[in-house]
Amino acid sequence: MSSEALVELDAVEFAYAQRPILKGVRMRFPRGSVVAIMGGSGCGKTTLLRLIGGQLRPSKGGVRVESQDVAGLSHGALYRLRRRMGMLFQFGALFTDLTVFDNVAFPLREHTSLSETMIRDLVLMKLQAVGLRGAAQLRPAELSGGMARRVALARAVALDPMLIMYDEPFTGLDPISLGVIANLIRRLNDALGATSVLVTHDVEASLRIVDYVYILDGGLIVAEGTPEQIRASAEPVVHQFVHGEADGPVGFHYPAAGLAQSFGMGERP
Amino acid sequence: MIGALDAGLRSLGARVVDGVWKLGCATRFTGTLLARSAPALRRPQLLLDQVHFTGVLSLIIIVVSGLFVGLVLGLQGYETLKRYGSAEALGTLVALALVRELGPVVAALLFASRAGSAITAKIGIMRSTEQLSAMEMMAVDPYSRVLAPIFWGGAISMPLLAAIFSACGVFGGYLIGVVVLGVDSGAFWSQMQAAVDVWDDVGNGVIKSVVFGVAVTLIALFEGWDAPPTAEGVSYAVTRTVVTSALAVLALDFVLTSFMFTGV
Repeated sequence: MSSEALVELDAVEFAYAQRPILKGVRMRFPRGSVVAIMGGSGCGKTTLLRLIGGQLRPSKGGVRVESQDVAGLSHGALYRLRRRMGMLFQFGALFTDLTVFDNVAFPLREHTSLSETMIRDLVLMKLQAVGLRGAAQLRPAELSGGMARRVALARAVALDPMLIMYDEPFTGLDPISLGVIANLIRRLNDALGATSVLVTHDVEASLRIVDYVYILDGGLIVAEGTPEQIRASAEPVVHQFVHGEADGPVGFHYPAAGLAQSFGMGERP
Repeated sequence: MIGALDAGLRSLGARVVDGVWKLGCATRFTGTLLARSAPALRRPQLLLDQVHFTGVLSLIIIVVSGLFVGLVLGLQGYETLKRYGSAEALGTLVALALVRELGPVVAALLFASRAGSAITAKIGIMRSTEQLSAMEMMAVDPYSRVLAPIFWGGAISMPLLAAIFSACGVFGGYLIGVVVLGVDSGAFWSQMQAAVDVWDDVGNGVIKSVVFGVAVTLIALFEGWDAPPTAEGVSYAVTRTVVTSALAVLALDFVLTSFMFTGV
């Protein structure tokens, strides 16, 4: 992790109302790498992506993309920066009133003055890369979850971005679709020379394709390292996460009153 | 007793604070929408699509309702005017009632029910399925690309719908008055032509319908934008759009009528 960083998070803090989500997170994402951010549900992984994309502003600390402070950018500058980012949303977020073809063509039509012939060729190339050239005229409602995710991936890379962010790309996929998406993420990153940030809690699929891993819990980074280091780690929290154990430092239960009290066996409140 | 009073006051206070907060959000939303409208106005195809969505798709309900309102106006007006021997003034009555009041108001209420609810549902669902968020991340401003075209499309459609409503209503009045009840056709049209002023009556009616169109479309867009991203959230937002729009149209109609026709 020594090469130049495309994205850097410097002691980032963030809270929704009074609920702290991130408590001083430092991360760096080197150019050309695929980095995974893992952690249980609700630990602030998606929030991190929204901070990098400038949809949220940190309450403290800084988020820098290409050495620019994202929170300090004007509306125009932020949108210029976003043209060089791609984001895959958890459920695809495809435009339901457009066909697969028009979904992928959308960023090209909005941001370039290419002819329709050129756009058609580019869209078909992107769809070919995700194996869905034959589905170009289908509507999002006609796609399976895995297909929708692949179309969204084609749309996210339509403008050949320098940074691709993936929000839970493996959720709800069958093993075949999961493997296809995982390979695509690595292949597209290398083919485009991009940098990828992968937010996930799917340990096995992501450890196969990423270069570096951050594990978040309680708003803090509790572990980081290469996939080999993470697999070999004796840290209790990493061991619990990698092996999916219910008992360990990461609590399964949301904070609550004692069982006896809730079931009326102790003193009533 | 004091506890209940305290809770009641707290609840009332919370509602007032929520209301003021929402009003502030709506004002900021409107300001942002207007400030980012320029790109939408430079793309006529986007506007035309929204005129189709808000206007053309509302035509059936507007035409049918206008016709029936005109038929009823013709019947009721004829019965009343006949008592005073002025049945020929039916054209004037129907036209003035439609152009000044019923056209803009009833068309706006129908517009709120058909187009307003559809706008809120569309924006609410786009928000809850992260389509607008995805657009932002593609460096496409949802205000300029989605909201502004709908807003201007609604503002253009509404006066056209009100005009069509009034025209259908006048035709309905003609059918019942002249064709069915035997009012003289020449008197029907000539009295209408003499009594209806282009600026005072038609012009004020157009101004009203533009104001109603702007109000209803803004309410519908804001409710969709502000809806919690759940099925219940969107469903409540659609209901609020129809109720708030109807009340806003009636209240605005009173205010505008006070200024336009009574010299208050």
